[in-house]
Amino acid sequence: MKIVVGHLYPDYLNIYADRGNIAVLARRAAWRGHELEVHTVSVGDPVEPGAHDLLYVGGGQDREQALVAEDLVAKSDGVAAAVDGGAALLAVCGGYQLMGRSYRDFRGGDLPGIGLFPLETIAGETRMIGDVLLECELEPGVVRTLAGFENHAGRTRLDRGAEPLGRVVAGFGNDGVSGLEGCRVGRAVGTYLHGPLLPRNPWFADWVLAQALAHQLGEPPALEPLGDELEQQAHAVSALRARSRGGKR
Amino acid sequence: MPGKLLWKVDPGAVDRLAARLPLGSALISATNGKTTTAAMAAEILRGRARLAHNNSGANLVSGVASTLLDARGAELGLFEVDEAALPEVAGRLRPRAVCLGNLFRDQLDRYGELEHVAEGWRAAVRALPAGAALVLNGDDPQVGELARDRPGAVVFGVDDPSCARPSLQHAADSKYCVRCGTLYEYAAAYVGHLGDYRCPNCGHARPPLSVVARNIRLHGLEAVAFRLETPDGVHDVRLRVPGLYNVYNALAAASLAGALGASLDEVATGLERFSAAFGRFERIAVGERRLLMLLIKNPAGANEAVRTIVDGGVPSLAVIALNDAIADGRDVSWIWDVDFEPLLAGLEHLIATGDRAAELALRFKYAGMPAGAIEVIPALERALDRGLELTPEGDELVLLPTYTAMLALRKIVGERGFVRPYWERAA
Repeated sequence: MKIVVGHLYPDYLNIYADRGNIAVLARRAAWRGHELEVHTVSVGDPVEPGAHDLLYVGGGQDREQALVAEDLVAKSDGVAAAVDGGAALLAVCGGYQLMGRSYRDFRGGDLPGIGLFPLETIAGETRMIGDVLLECELEPGVVRTLAGFENHAGRTRLDRGAEPLGRVVAGFGNDGVSGLEGCRVGRAVGTYLHGPLLPRNPWFADWVLAQALAHQLGEPPALEPLGDELEQQAHAVSALRARSRGGKR
Repeated sequence: MPGKLLWKVDPGAVDRLAARLPLGSALISATNGKTTTAAMAAEILRGRARLAHNNSGANLVSGVASTLLDARGAELGLFEVDEAALPEVAGRLRPRAVCLGNLFRDQLDRYGELEHVAEGWRAAVRALPAGAALVLNGDDPQVGELARDRPGAVVFGVDDPSCARPSLQHAADSKYCVRCGTLYEYAAAYVGHLGDYRCPNCGHARPPLSVVARNIRLHGLEAVAFRLETPDGVHDVRLRVPGLYNVYNALAAASLAGALGASLDEVATGLERFSAAFGRFERIAVGERRLLMLLIKNPAGANEAVRTIVDGGVPSLAVIALNDAIADGRDVSWIWDVDFEPLLAGLEHLIATGDRAAELALRFKYAGMPAGAIEVIPALERALDRGLELTPEGDELVLLPTYTAMLALRKIVGERGFVRPYWERAA
């Protein structure tokens, strides 16, 4: 099948090697006989209803983030309609913040968000930087780990009852105190984890792919397993790093 | 390290030691090329003055202190300075000249955002003594903009569209106008976002250049030649190191040395005498084989290393070493922003090594290299030996290490007696 990805603002939000995530999705789709087609959706481009199986948005520096925030608000109905219509979404770092209700920078300036995720972000004076390890239970009873790197000044607070992506085993997570990381609303996931996230967490790359395919199939399909020895090695080293040095200011 | 101790006990001692230098101090900072630029400038200036030069790359305040303590009888201080340490070092040393080369994204976990470092540089420039010479790379929008309030600044740059890249590299930095945020238009992009830029909205453009490289000729891995045009005249220069990025380093060194009084002949002679800076582009003979070592540390620098190697003919074998100590950057995501893809045209065998060898292997696997062509050997010494084993006699083995991997590999080779420690070579 052809899987269409709408990559939001790749020309502005690309600070943490987001193309690595896209490359992993493309290869892992191709190894299962699917084709990933990536469309750029940047400033001024509309999000056409039903056009994308997956929306992807990465992170940027404060300057770039401010440049796109206003444009993203103009797209908020389109993004909401896409997700309501069953498209998957993956938002990393700055893109995750902008998918919440609002982002307040350390000077007190407010960037509007689009309210896809039930959360707010307020920048603190210190950055939360380091390796991070999560435990996730995206399907009941199936606990798996995500390993990555975080680097954010924002403290993100989920609304009561909101579903996080995972629980912090080592590292800071959303705000350094709640023990929660990321946010999930159905097929939409936001997280601070980069590194990039997908190469060293192949099970999650496949979860995202399956959610994107579900946009067309109605249900996420089971994907045939791949030889992920290198991926597992990279995951193990990253997880070890988080346990030994994550979450330290 | 005595400098670190001195710095802790008496921070003001650095200021007093520097004040004793009869010819004052010159500072060089940049994300990429500061070690090479300082080494080139030293080659030009050493005939004119006895130098205090931190040539081992210790470029924080403590490193400058150590160098000053060790350099009794020195007349002129020549210091490469860490980008983030520049405001403090400049404040203490009250330099007579400052040379600023470029700002690229680098080790975001350590330096924070590029804009943060740029703000520090703006403050450092505002605080410079009125008589201090300022040397700037006009091809970098953030750096060239610093000339705005310093009319006497020496601005250097490249002007040879035949060497331009067809487009900005992936994930280029500073591509939006520093004044109004509009995407720059480039008449020519040379290295990363360095080039001849202009904002179509507000008109902010590359400032006029006073020291220029034209008629550039790249000679693979061996050399690069160019015409050096300065207010003092024109001189052809042939560097014994390759790559367009080294033309930028040479322009920076030439402009700084000129600001310190060197003649054009001294500049050209010094540049042509220069061979290589520590680990940046080094050829080391190991028995019947040679190592070619190029440091990689951030996307812009690594892209130039890859470009240089490819210009010399894509090797069929390479050893790439990725560590994640603080000095390398603990966040290894930057390898995904490096354009390694041109290597795939001829690379048949990759040895991935270092503490994050598996992550590096994934970078190449997802670039399309068959998993069977990638060997993961985290231990550096074993990886080096495996690489040498696969290299035919008389051939060269390409090594691309990150900073701490470079130090470790040099040490391994040194312990086998093949490379003199850099402090013995330094004059």
